[in-house]
Amino acid sequence: MYHYNDFDTAFLAERNAQFRAQVARRIDGSLTEDEFKPLRLMNGLYLQLHAYMLRVAIPYGTLNGAQMRKLAEIAERWDKGYGHFTTRQNIQYNWPKLQDVPDILDALAEVGLHAIQTSGNTIRNVTADHFAGAAADEVEDPRPVAELLRQWSTDHPEFQFLPRKFKIAVSGSPVDRAVTKAHDIGLRMVRNDAGEPGFEVIVGGGLGRTPMIGKVIAPFLPKADLLPYVEAIVSVYNLLGRRDNKYKARIKITVHENGIERIRALVEDRFTAIKAQFAGFDQKLLSKLEASFAPPAFKTGNTKGYEAARLTNPAFASWSDTNLSAHKADGYAIVSISLKAHGATPGDATADQMRVMADLAETYAHDELRISHEQNVILPHVHKSDLPAIYAKLREAGLATANIGLVSDIIACPGMDYCALATARSIPIAQEIAERFDELKLEHDIGPLKIKISGCINACGHHHVGHIGILGLDRAGVENYQITLGGDGSEDAAIGERAGPGFSADEIIPAIERLVLGYLDLRDSADETFLQAYRRLGAAPFKAVLYPEQAKQDAA
Amino acid sequence: MPRAFTPKVVTANHLLEGDVIYQTPTGWTRDLAQAEVLEDEAHADLRLLEATQQRDVVVGAYLAEVEPTDAGPRPTHFREAFRMRGPSNYSHGKQAEL
Repeated sequence: MYHYNDFDTAFLAERNAQFRAQVARRIDGSLTEDEFKPLRLMNGLYLQLHAYMLRVAIPYGTLNGAQMRKLAEIAERWDKGYGHFTTRQNIQYNWPKLQDVPDILDALAEVGLHAIQTSGNTIRNVTADHFAGAAADEVEDPRPVAELLRQWSTDHPEFQFLPRKFKIAVSGSPVDRAVTKAHDIGLRMVRNDAGEPGFEVIVGGGLGRTPMIGKVIAPFLPKADLLPYVEAIVSVYNLLGRRDNKYKARIKITVHENGIERIRALVEDRFTAIKAQFAGFDQKLLSKLEASFAPPAFKTGNTKGYEAARLTNPAFASWSDTNLSAHKADGYAIVSISLKAHGATPGDATADQMRVMADLAETYAHDELRISHEQNVILPHVHKSDLPAIYAKLREAGLATANIGLVSDIIACPGMDYCALATARSIPIAQEIAERFDELKLEHDIGPLKIKISGCINACGHHHVGHIGILGLDRAGVENYQITLGGDGSEDAAIGERAGPGFSADEIIPAIERLVLGYLDLRDSADETFLQAYRRLGAAPFKAVLYPEQAKQDAA
Repeated sequence: MPRAFTPKVVTANHLLEGDVIYQTPTGWTRDLAQAEVLEDEAHADLRLLEATQQRDVVVGAYLAEVEPTDAGPRPTHFREAFRMRGPSNYSHGKQAEL
């Protein structure tokens, strides 16, 4: 993985010193809140319901053991002993005190981490497929490109005051695990007819109050053109994007209002104008980055121990059925560590758990960890012979829940338990759904099902692309939950359709139970997933189980 | 006809701790029950203005609706109830500290 050079280290030290001085001037009253707020946001510091919140960037979701251990230390020393991994592959601390934040940022800098551009109208942390560099189905590891974009976008003088925030996601696989079609720019690695790698460039996707699936602006962009082309897109948006209305300021609206053809023409013009300025420097840098992301030295060895453990330990067999994915190297697997124990807060890990994961990465997984947008942690490179030992350690730490991709592997934003923007709570709904389906012991029968919960219309919980989406609202001073159906964040991306009237906090868990049990009756076989059944049958039979009274009236 | 003014308290976040505080006749408290209940609209606006000026102490002061009771003011909206109590997934914040 990428290690900071002297330039990165010096840049970060200078930024942290600047922010330390800004905090001091805020505390002594020299800066007003209006003056300080944009400065703190540029450094990832929010003020939420109960406390400040520091959002730390985890570039393209990649960490090593030392970095994870530092995140644990910060959680213990300056927070309440845990951290919250987010749908943007970041980590949030919910309880820092203002005067401690400069020390926290210095601690992060010791391991090459920061909180720059995790807020504000800038290019945010670039996200990537959490199986990058490991997936069996990959064209190329997308992380060198993601790191190139990180370096280019960090403190880019032209793009510090965009009309609105700007999110880029990169995937190296045909299977889209990075939700590229719901980003301002989505990059999907593909090969052309000559077999050369390049990108399908998608622009103008996004969730929030106006959800849109991104449109293809370039079906095949040669790899060498990537940086000038992305710069051209952001540059066109910077001038054309609306600054008169916050709710119409994202590039999805710019694309929608101007049409993809006009945007494409403007981007092509700008690209032609600036391409020569890059003069190959970006390609030299990229080839260096590619070297730093070279695959680790995979070991060889037999996997008999793994096979034997599967036969003798049913719990291990169940976990390995659910939480492992295909790796490109023989004898290897990708391990997804669930941060969704039934009844726990989705995405939260204690400092002790973080240290266990850091140890496992260092001992067994070539010192690599990934954070997924689904709020789980990945050990990307594990030889199968090490799986029984890893499982035992995870189990001791409460990290061996066998539910990846199942009904209790729920994405949930922090909601009104923490967030100042939220209109309702998300976490308790996720906890109760997971506990209920654990009681029913149906999780594995139900099979792949993505439930995603947002506590407001801004959709940090990706509810629009949940197979079942739940949106928490404030209806006349009471929490109310709307259900959407049929959303999909994959390469077949789709926005879910609203099922009907919302449910109260007491009604929503039984409603989800009716819906899922209804699906079990509706599916044509155990192999037909919830989403497949929904696509085959349409919304009507699902609405009928959600709203039985209405269905009775309609039938009468 | 304009809607009748309902009782309010001035609330904000503390600059250093970031936690929820409420205005009292003489300063600030972390306990809503101790907060000054404002029944008069003009007085409430004045008190909010005074709070806003204390910019090296508080952040984001605003008027929150309350229901006066014998045990002091209580929140009328669930958002204010969460601010008073803390998150529901852990015993952190005011529910653990007060």
